Amino acid sequence: MQDFATTLWNAVGLILLGDADLIEIIALSLRVTLSAVVIACLIGLPLGALVGAFRFPGRGVVTVLLNALMGLPPVVVGLVVYLMLSAAGPLGPLRLLYTPTAMIIAQTILVTPIVAALTRQVIEDLHSEYAEQFASLGVGPLDRVAALLWDARYSLLTVALAGFGRAVAEVGAVIIVGGNINHVTRVMTTTIALETSKGNLELALALGVVLLAIAVIVNAAVMALRASAVRSAYA
Amino acid sequence: MPDACLKTIDGGYVTPASAPAPLLMQARGVSFRPQGKPLVDDIDLDIREGRRLIVMGSNGAGKSLLMRLLHGLIAPTSGEVVWRGKPLDRTAMREQAMVFQRPVMLRRSVIANLQFALAVRGIGGAERRRRVEEALEQARLGDLAKRPARVLSGGEQQRLALARALACTPRLLFLDEPTASLDPASTLAIENLIATAHARGITIVMITHDKGQARRLGDDIAFLHAGRLVETGPAARVLETPSSGAARAWLEGRLYLDDLSSPHTSPTP
Ligand SMILES: Nc1ncnc2c1ncn2[C@@H]1O[C@H](COP(=O)(O)OP(=O)(O)OP(=O)(O)O)[C@@H](O)[C@H]1O
Ligand SMILES: [Mg+2]
Repeated sequence: MQDFATTLWNAVGLILLGDADLIEIIALSLRVTLSAVVIACLIGLPLGALVGAFRFPGRGVVTVLLNALMGLPPVVVGLVVYLMLSAAGPLGPLRLLYTPTAMIIAQTILVTPIVAALTRQVIEDLHSEYAEQFASLGVGPLDRVAALLWDARYSLLTVALAGFGRAVAEVGAVIIVGGNINHVTRVMTTTIALETSKGNLELALALGVVLLAIAVIVNAAVMALRASAVRSAYA
Repeated sequence: MPDACLKTIDGGYVTPASAPAPLLMQARGVSFRPQGKPLVDDIDLDIREGRRLIVMGSNGAGKSLLMRLLHGLIAPTSGEVVWRGKPLDRTAMREQAMVFQRPVMLRRSVIANLQFALAVRGIGGAERRRRVEEALEQARLGDLAKRPARVLSGGEQQRLALARALACTPRLLFLDEPTASLDPASTLAIENLIATAHARGITIVMITHDKGQARRLGDDIAFLHAGRLVETGPAARVLETPSSGAARAWLEGRLYLDDLSSPHTSPTP
């Protein structure tokens, strides 16, 4: 067993040399996670905005539900999606199990409640400030949702980044529905788990470094966005 | 001396010098009593076309609440607000505009704030460009058009809020302390905008704590005390010779602590 410094050195070497396997794994990770985040935003932003901007019966229940779903255990989501997609399941004929699509589905289910719940909070706060002005101007329901989403754009970008951060680091769901198949469904987190158990620490650590870098970049992006929003008083 | 057009507190009418302007809106026994607290209490008020009504009264008297009730932003717990003889509804609200005590600026540029107000009324294209230009010029905000609205100074924000309200060409304009905490130059700018609007025939309802402003801009005054209308009448008359204890005390700058059961006894100075 090599010492940590050597392993880290070799890992950095893999990254700098652009190791083909490494690149493939990172690319798949980003493809799966970004797809899931985009779909989650397409569903979660309007959903959160509707719950945040309107009063309707059952609104409290929906809010509690969204907040609760934020904490969905990934392995449970993975299991449920597995059961749906497995040969005997209702969606079995689609033959999606152990494909990147299955992973996207699982991550979308994990991220959508996060995006929707955080959006609901952001939009509700903004709406409490705008409500009377909008009523005075005679803003209709569609314009209201659109205007709130647009005026909350900076906060909502950070919401999307929060969803991305959660999805990219997630392992439990994607390993169940993706199966961690080499060159097919192997992403950063699942590869780290596998290669570590196999003792291939260089690749595992290289991916760990990349994952960490992504986390740092995402957080830096959130902070930069906040700062620029505050500067123009758009926050 | 302007025409008297308001009911006096004892329910009679001040003799008008000529026929009063047509009635635009009316509060009939309007009350707002959340959890039984009479914050706005049984208010009868006539607002006539083309007139400028000033609402005065101490902090917490219920002026802003009354204005929101008249504008239809909150529903009265009893009584009704009548617009051109019919109950106030959404289409009636489109003929009104309001500038709030704390201006609400969208998180967009100055020009986008104006465009938004027009767009929600279905005004687009060349007509919108024309009105936006006109509003920017009137409010002297041309140089600031591209700036985020929320970084403007308080006075600039008030000018923008007023310009945005006027761009919607309302028949009636509600103004909730539009010049509070502004310097004399900004106050003058706002007062000029209001005067121009009035000259175009827009009916004005304005809250102010400034006696000079009430005299300059007001045709009529309605004085509120603890949620009740204690005095209405022509501006000059109410300011010179207030008949209610609350208005007299307020105008003399005294604290009026009397309870409402005896509104005509003023406290010893
Ligand atoms: N939605 C509400 N529910 C309960 N109480 C309210 C509500 N809105 C206002 N109030 C209370 O009603 C009273 C009158 O408020 P309002 O804002 O009308 O005062 P105002 O006359 O405009 O005072 P100011 O000169 O300070 O602006 C205040 O005591 C306020 O706390
Ligand atoms: Mg007020």
